[in-house]
Amino acid sequence: MIARTVRAARKHLVLAFGVLVLLYLFLPVFVVVAFSFNDPAGRFNFSWSGFTLDSWRDPCSVPGMCDSVLLSLQIGVIATLVATLLGTLLAFGLVRHSFRGRAGTSLLVFLPMATPEVVMGASLLTLFVNAGVATGFWTIVIAHILFTVSFVVVTVKARLAGFDSRLEEAAMDLYADEWQTFRRITLPLAAPGIFAGALLAFALSFDDFIITNFNSGNTITFPMYVWGAAQRGVPPEVNVIGTGMFLLALLLVGGAEVVRKARTGATTG
Amino acid sequence: MTSVLAREVAPVELEIELDVPIPRRRPPWVLLLPGLLWLALFFLVPMITLASTSLQTGSLQTGYALTWTWSTYTDAWSTYGDQLVRSFLYAGSATVLALLIGYPLAYAIAFKAGRWRNLMLVLVIAPFFTSFLIRTLAWKIVLADQGWVVGALQWIGLLGENGRLLATPAAVVLGLTYNFLPFMVLPLYASLEKIDPRLLEAATDLYATPARAFWAVTWPLSIPGVVAGTLLTFIPAAGDYVNVQFLGNPGSQMIGNVIQSRFLTVLDYPVAAALSITVMLTVLVLVLSYVKRVGAKELL
Repeated sequence: MIARTVRAARKHLVLAFGVLVLLYLFLPVFVVVAFSFNDPAGRFNFSWSGFTLDSWRDPCSVPGMCDSVLLSLQIGVIATLVATLLGTLLAFGLVRHSFRGRAGTSLLVFLPMATPEVVMGASLLTLFVNAGVATGFWTIVIAHILFTVSFVVVTVKARLAGFDSRLEEAAMDLYADEWQTFRRITLPLAAPGIFAGALLAFALSFDDFIITNFNSGNTITFPMYVWGAAQRGVPPEVNVIGTGMFLLALLLVGGAEVVRKARTGATTG
Repeated sequence: MTSVLAREVAPVELEIELDVPIPRRRPPWVLLLPGLLWLALFFLVPMITLASTSLQTGSLQTGYALTWTWSTYTDAWSTYGDQLVRSFLYAGSATVLALLIGYPLAYAIAFKAGRWRNLMLVLVIAPFFTSFLIRTLAWKIVLADQGWVVGALQWIGLLGENGRLLATPAAVVLGLTYNFLPFMVLPLYASLEKIDPRLLEAATDLYATPARAFWAVTWPLSIPGVVAGTLLTFIPAAGDYVNVQFLGNPGSQMIGNVIQSRFLTVLDYPVAAALSITVMLTVLVLVLSYVKRVGAKELL
């Protein structure tokens, strides 16, 4: 009896601690959401001075902010498309083939992840300065593709590693040609990994500040906008965007989970 | 005798080669080339231009020339030694803290959460979607002098009458720990989740106490996650300058702040490049010796 209580307490102790850590992770999010309804007295949205829906009614009334969000979306989409393509090809090459120089290739893919962002941002800046390229939209895109590719490779590789190659052999035995096998078997099975990699790449690109800071020139992405606003006072509309992105992401994840449940339910039930 | 055998065998080998797919020795260039070219052009080449910039003298107006001025390094180290040491100290503290609070969370999700497992995982990642900068700014509100955190700490006596959190090193370390905690939790979870529960049952069957079972079975099996998590926390934390900018003070500047202002405000490229190379090499040496020590080479 006592042993059971102790065990139950221990079980819940770890769980309770875990929940506390989750609360710590969410504490600033609560603050961001709450202060999107604030009616700040001065320029700084740092102390609570009254409830208002004004910032939610027209978040784009703040000059430049929504343009920066749009710009970040554009950069994110282009960078994600290219990085997902390059990263998926690399992952297939690394997992499916053994060749001389594979270890070196893996190392080259791993290195950007082991490089602090300041160093990567700074090194790209020296490249652009040396080549006489003015920094701006496309230099940001190049930088974002560079640092997200490795994450795509890792994600897709993880998916391909747990792959039953007998499924492909079966398809080939049933007279599917290579392209058919790839399209009907390999791609659908790898798709969740590719999709996860793309999502990760987009999230990293959209939120990147440090590398962008070095290579943006006069182009203002959303994180660059927040950085600039932090010096002169962040309007509550920034919190509206932060809250909106958070809700959108939760909806997407929740939606994907519902679809997944419905699918597995349909096949097993 | 052998030549006869060779003649007999050779055609057979040829046929086998045609039929059975043997592992290809030639790199699959179509798959690799686009990505490798990108990485070479925008990762390796910039590292070379960065290294070369660090050895140049001149200014943006007059142009730079490669003069192999190694003294830039020693000058940069003596001027910014404090910031360098501080960066690795802060990043190290944040990594240890993140491991201390991240491990129980990952453990709880992997073993104790039951049907709440997926939800808890989503909750670990969810704060990410509120921008990194916005969340760090929110800590400024939480840690403000008039805020409830400072009030509570003053009340229990951990902070003096006029004690504060904002604009202190503690706030910077707290911010770093906070921002990179998910990078610690996810790899930890991934390695804990793979542990076969029968191993733990076996330990219990052999009369191991829960604590002994943990240290003899769970902890060693989670080492790859610990290594990956600590690296993914330490590396970005060491180069960060956002947390200092928002939560610290001029006396708690890290090397990232120096590199950023030298490059983007002062336009003193050689010193900034020398500091970047220093950070890069220090991180590489630390990472390699750490990985070697823990013995998780397969990660690289």
